[in-house]
Amino acid sequence: MTALKNSIRDLLRYPSAILGSVIILFLLAISVYALITIPYSEAVRLWRGGEEIWYQNPKYAAPAWFNTFSSKKEPVSFAVRTTDGSMSKTTTPSSDPEISSVDITYSFDYAYDGVPQELLIYFTSQYKEKFSFVSVSWITPDGRTIRIADMAASSKLTFRFSQDQKLQKRLKTEHVMQAIFADPESPTQAPLKGQYQLVISGTTFEKDATIDAEFVLHGELFGAAGTDKYRRDLLLPLLYGTPIALAFGLLAALGTSLLTMVIAAIGTWYGGWVDELIQRITEVNLVLPFLAILIMVGTFYSRSIWLMLGVTILLSIFSGSIKTYRAIFMQSKESSYIEAARAYGASSSRIIFSYLIPRMVPLLIPALVSSVPSFVFLEASLAVLGLGDPVLPTWGKVINDAFADGALYQGRYYWVLEPAVLLMITGFGFAMLGFALDRIFNPRLRDV
Amino acid sequence: MMVTVTIAVYLTILIANMGGYVDTIMRNEIRDNTTQAILANPNYRSLSTEAKAELIRTKIATEENRLGLNQPFAVRSIKYLRNALTLNLGRAINMKSDQGSKEVRLILLERLPATLLLTGSSSLIVFFASIFIALSLSRKYGSFWDKVTIAFSPTSAAPPWFYGIFLILIFAAVFKILPFGGLVDSPSPDNPLEYGLSVLKHLILPASSVIISTIFFSIYNWRTFFLIYSSEDYVEMAKAKGLTPRDIERRYILRPTLPTIITSFALLLITLWTGFIITETVFLWPGLGITLFRAIGFYDTPVIVGSTIIYAYLLAITVFLLDFVYALVDPRVKVGSGGGGAQ
Repeated sequence: MTALKNSIRDLLRYPSAILGSVIILFLLAISVYALITIPYSEAVRLWRGGEEIWYQNPKYAAPAWFNTFSSKKEPVSFAVRTTDGSMSKTTTPSSDPEISSVDITYSFDYAYDGVPQELLIYFTSQYKEKFSFVSVSWITPDGRTIRIADMAASSKLTFRFSQDQKLQKRLKTEHVMQAIFADPESPTQAPLKGQYQLVISGTTFEKDATIDAEFVLHGELFGAAGTDKYRRDLLLPLLYGTPIALAFGLLAALGTSLLTMVIAAIGTWYGGWVDELIQRITEVNLVLPFLAILIMVGTFYSRSIWLMLGVTILLSIFSGSIKTYRAIFMQSKESSYIEAARAYGASSSRIIFSYLIPRMVPLLIPALVSSVPSFVFLEASLAVLGLGDPVLPTWGKVINDAFADGALYQGRYYWVLEPAVLLMITGFGFAMLGFALDRIFNPRLRDV
Repeated sequence: MMVTVTIAVYLTILIANMGGYVDTIMRNEIRDNTTQAILANPNYRSLSTEAKAELIRTKIATEENRLGLNQPFAVRSIKYLRNALTLNLGRAINMKSDQGSKEVRLILLERLPATLLLTGSSSLIVFFASIFIALSLSRKYGSFWDKVTIAFSPTSAAPPWFYGIFLILIFAAVFKILPFGGLVDSPSPDNPLEYGLSVLKHLILPASSVIISTIFFSIYNWRTFFLIYSSEDYVEMAKAKGLTPRDIERRYILRPTLPTIITSFALLLITLWTGFIITETVFLWPGLGITLFRAIGFYDTPVIVGSTIIYAYLLAITVFLLDFVYALVDPRVKVGSGGGGAQ
């Protein structure tokens, strides 16, 4: 226990160790948060979901915090609906019990320098035989009222402002967004800032008929992380990629270093043909091209991340480090406490697992921590090659999507940078901690 | 060592064939293509249905025979192995070189210069720069630049393609001064000088991404290595004798570490061969890495095995040669007692 305390005290002397630990704890916190708030199946469903899940989001929207750093304020997307009360709805019955009128209004402040991509209203109405009727109008900050549309609301109706030909004709332009947002006084057609109001007045012609509406503004910016080509909120893969990256990195590092050590210990202890065999396997493995085999497995068999993890561990066990461990085990095999254990009749497995391997833990820990980043990046590399797990939202997958869509050519930097920065933070966190651990546990390095 | 290479190549063959699954894919493809070709050919239209079916059957058999598919997989894999070991790399199944040849040898040779240009330039710069910088850092360790190098060494946790993304973003997308990827401008200039300059311009980004990703760690490693050696007693002795720092470095630090330096240089030369699969893919650099990646996508076993076999051979030869070089540069290794992994 005191040894552990001492190590921790030593660790705190290194700023890089503190920074690294803080980063790792932070990533762990994100992972726990992601796993609790979004269950695995839900994450997969959302990530694989198409238009029906993500219709509220604009395509290729940058994160909303871009406005903080930019002098030109771009519109931020939002969605409001009557079903959860974010948009007000009042129903007033008339003298005729069959007929009642429904008023839905939503006012919002618009203080941006650009016009949105699109405005949409999704109507859901319930009726038996007679359609309900809705008319939509738009009130600008300077008090003008623009009639948008009058239509019969079938059970599901989507109204897209800029796609509506009647509206285009009425406004005498194809650029509906310009027309309803522009300041008529301004020569540059800059959007008029202020409070806009959307007024939907509906009439139902049956006793139990209802109308609900959802109003969606597709701006140029969205949420904390932006969206991709398929309107998916990038926050999902960024959040959910954290536990996946950590799990892959930690499991691969742990599996590889532990198994390498155990195999090296067994080989050294038994010697003879066991040792010889392990040596030969290591040599064969050194000749095999690691990444090429991983790519082959990914292309031919399965792209499941857990299979990849298994193959990675398998190929990394018999690496060069087995020779390093072997050299050290060779020395400790001859030491007197092993001699003593042998004398009192300890079994081979007892000697290996209780005497040989624990001696190596100080060497193991820094190596383990330092190897995590390379595995995290390996997972991302595979995803960038298009061999990422097809169902899981991961950081590498986001980079791959962005590359496939030419995000860098088209200036959508946020799409590549967000996962890249997370990868970098993860890599540096583990690398810095491992670096400090290495110096603590290998006193030979401490002075230099 | 030969046994090692043989086993490694055989394993690659097994994996690349998925234990015979690729054959099924190829058979189906042959059947489809042959049937289509015969049914679409106007010369065969007059034949009866039975005659057509017979013709299709014989054509399929010939085609399978040509590709060696009618032999059992075990036999075929041994044949592949023999061909591979004798460097008879055979013909690709689907891929072609730019000149239209299907010879695996030609496909690989065509891509070799591009890969060697990228890996060679970047790795040599990293190797010599890091040894040189490491030596000067180890001379005055604890200095500002020494601390900077240590602080930056974790940056090597990220692979080259990762820095490639940032470099593309900064220099190609934002400043638009360097190209996004590729080997030369399109259309390629006729003048050899302009051609060379254009290649050089395309080389800057991929090469720098490789350099950035490896150099700090490499410097750090060499620096630690030199420091450990410069605290040896005989170095202290040399200092006490009053030798110049340059002499100490050359005769007392570099000389005993020469075997290690040579080993890592040799291993570096081998890794040049495989190229950087992902870096080449990200930069669309037409080298061996991207070829291997495409070959895997096309299930083109001969090409995959071909590049693995050459890698395995080079590694084996290097390890073998290293034993001799050790004996030459390191008097502590006597011929006969050394031997290492070679058998």
